[in-house]
Amino acid sequence: MTIRTARPDRVQHFRPRMHCLKKLEAVVVEMQSGVKGSEQKLNVTTIPHVIIGKDIIAWITNKMKTTTEESEAFGTMLVAYGYIYPLQNHRKLVMCNDSSLYRFQTPYFWPTQKWVAEHSDYAIYLAKRNIRKKGMLEPYEQAHYNHLHEWLNHKWDFIVMQATEQYKYVNHPTERAYWIVNKPPRRTHSAMDSGLELLIDPNSDEKIPFDVYRRMNLFYQQAIMRSKVKSSVSLGALNKYVTTYKNHDPFLAPCLPSNPWLTDNDTYWTLNMRQVEVPTKMRVERWSFSLFELLSDLRGRDDFKIFLKKEFSGMGTFLAPGAPRWINIDGRTMGLTVKGLDHPHRYVLEAAQTHVFLLMKKDTFFRYLKSPVYKEIEKKALNPEPHNFSPAQLEQNAQNRSPGIHPLILWQQDEAEKAKAAAASAPVDVKALMSKLDRKK
Amino acid sequence: MATQEVQVNETLVHLKTESETLKSKLEEERAKLHDVELHQVAEKVEGLGQFVMKTRRTLKGHGNKVLCMDWCKDKRRIVSSSQDGKVIVWDAFTTNKEHAVTMPCTWVMACAYAPSGCAVACGGLDNKCSVYPLSLDKNENLAAKKKSVAMHTNYLSACSFTNSDMQILTSSGDGTCALWDVESGQLLQSFHGHAADVLCLDLAPSETGNTFVSGGCDKKANVWDMRSGQCIQSFETHESDINSVRYYPSGDAFASGSDDATCRLYDLRADREVAIYSKESIIFGVSSVDFSLSGRLLFAGYNDYTINVWDVLKGTRVSILFGHENRVSTLRVSPDGTSFCTGSWDHTLRV
Repeated sequence: MTIRTARPDRVQHFRPRMHCLKKLEAVVVEMQSGVKGSEQKLNVTTIPHVIIGKDIIAWITNKMKTTTEESEAFGTMLVAYGYIYPLQNHRKLVMCNDSSLYRFQTPYFWPTQKWVAEHSDYAIYLAKRNIRKKGMLEPYEQAHYNHLHEWLNHKWDFIVMQATEQYKYVNHPTERAYWIVNKPPRRTHSAMDSGLELLIDPNSDEKIPFDVYRRMNLFYQQAIMRSKVKSSVSLGALNKYVTTYKNHDPFLAPCLPSNPWLTDNDTYWTLNMRQVEVPTKMRVERWSFSLFELLSDLRGRDDFKIFLKKEFSGMGTFLAPGAPRWINIDGRTMGLTVKGLDHPHRYVLEAAQTHVFLLMKKDTFFRYLKSPVYKEIEKKALNPEPHNFSPAQLEQNAQNRSPGIHPLILWQQDEAEKAKAAAASAPVDVKALMSKLDRKK
Repeated sequence: MATQEVQVNETLVHLKTESETLKSKLEEERAKLHDVELHQVAEKVEGLGQFVMKTRRTLKGHGNKVLCMDWCKDKRRIVSSSQDGKVIVWDAFTTNKEHAVTMPCTWVMACAYAPSGCAVACGGLDNKCSVYPLSLDKNENLAAKKKSVAMHTNYLSACSFTNSDMQILTSSGDGTCALWDVESGQLLQSFHGHAADVLCLDLAPSETGNTFVSGGCDKKANVWDMRSGQCIQSFETHESDINSVRYYPSGDAFASGSDDATCRLYDLRADREVAIYSKESIIFGVSSVDFSLSGRLLFAGYNDYTINVWDVLKGTRVSILFGHENRVSTLRVSPDGTSFCTGSWDHTLRV
């Protein structure tokens, strides 16, 4: 089945939006007056209008008030976009914080949102290079050249003519730098080597049709009507959430016995698997945060089921008159609900079951937390000692990382268990039973 | 004929003005209940210390840009997809490659691990989302059992399994999102409302699990009801394409990362944007965001090859991480929060 949209099928060729270009240009313009160019001696030649990596980085650090590392990253982006190009090692588009030499690219070659590098321009450039290098192009350039020659064959005379004309006077290094950024060789990382082209031109202002406005207005009206919560309340809730989970966040508090990624020891994961007899203390604590947490953790769900069985084994326990907020529901319905929780699908919480679930959240859950079932598991829960590995032991751990159990195997085990349980409690097929009895007669 | 045209134009103008008025009224209503800022609430919260975060694993093996990745519920396996059409399942802990599939198309922009750990879904320029069941047999050709589930009229930008292996939610460059049944390939619900390509989506973590948020090139982030297909909330405060959206762990808020170099936090109950995470010196777009387990930290991958870590409550940047040699295209925190993985255009993944 396919989804059909009402939009016209235009050929994709719009460059994705590059929101950063305006700001980048502003920085480069400032930089051009801030960083001093000079003549540099390289071997026996003197190269004019050169800027040094160290100076650029220092200027960025000063202007943006950042660390050196960040300035290096920013500098690299200037090179990756083509605003500055390296004079040595022209294929590596990075900014080095040393005496490497760079030059500002002419504004003519700066990247723009609107203008995509034209194929025929690239063809002319390659033709020029071909002449210059007497037919010895780089492999990737040769591949592009052959492709363009085939594709633009009808224009080829024009291209060759342009190439021969331009060859005499165009500034070679700037143009080469431009094409390295726009058509990077294999191992070069360039920022212009961007992602997919968009279907819709991000620069155009789309004419919004009639019915879209109608829909929007309807939406706004509904939105205005909708009840909202005060910021203090909802932000307070966010804050509370963070505080509750603070000690459980491995980035904020150490996990016991140790974070497997740091020590190469996966005890943390084995202790917290689905089928453990005894869970860890942190895990049990997490169950107390909300019914959702309890039910999301399969081990917690098992424990909750034990509690529920004990609670509702006697059918009359909660039909007692005056029992607050209880509806007349028998153990079987409760059992169905619990079973439904085993296989949550989209509409499992429909109607009556939703009602039961909400009651569970407000009442049963808290009773569970006060129950002997929960208290017992809390007492039994493990509190593993933090690992204290020596560097030598860490080395060993890194060599012997355990492969763990593949989820497929665990799933197969799960399915086998479920099948066994289903077979044990299969509903009675009344028809079959009746026909059996009939036959016996 | 002329009068009819004039009438239509008038009504269009009339509708447009009505739209503007309603929009400002909505902002007014939202502002009325805004009695406190997030950082004010966070004043009493203790600050975070210094963080030492290092790359613990580097996964090499893709021959081209890594576009997307997802964790398995077992907290150590991941699936990643790249521009050359390869989808690889790794055990990130041991760095072994366990499965590899070659898609018949390039630019596989979306991949997801099934909750059971038994299958992966992926798609991209082929406009489809396909599910590949995994097998323990190393020699089995996974492409043989492939199931084609979703069909869009443009590229697939993101996909995610819902709470079970049976349903997949997809978003596409054709401006729509859709919910599909895996077994039959049937379309269960479609979501229309974005005016341009939809680039990302995320499912709500709540127990009822009936909503999801999507972000697109029209600068809007929309919250949808999965059963009715209606858009229930919409936020338009970004200045450019929204590349990534992620729910806050409690499900009451979500964060978005955009090309305008900012990450923003939106509160669903208060129905407004409550925080902006940005800095003067950060001018390159955010490609991917995710929260740490408690929701205190927001990790964001940027197009300038770095990762910034933000303190969600206080709004300040806690740390900046370097290491990738090209833009960070995807970032996900592991299911138990012990680490986060980033995929980059430099062909590698790091944990």
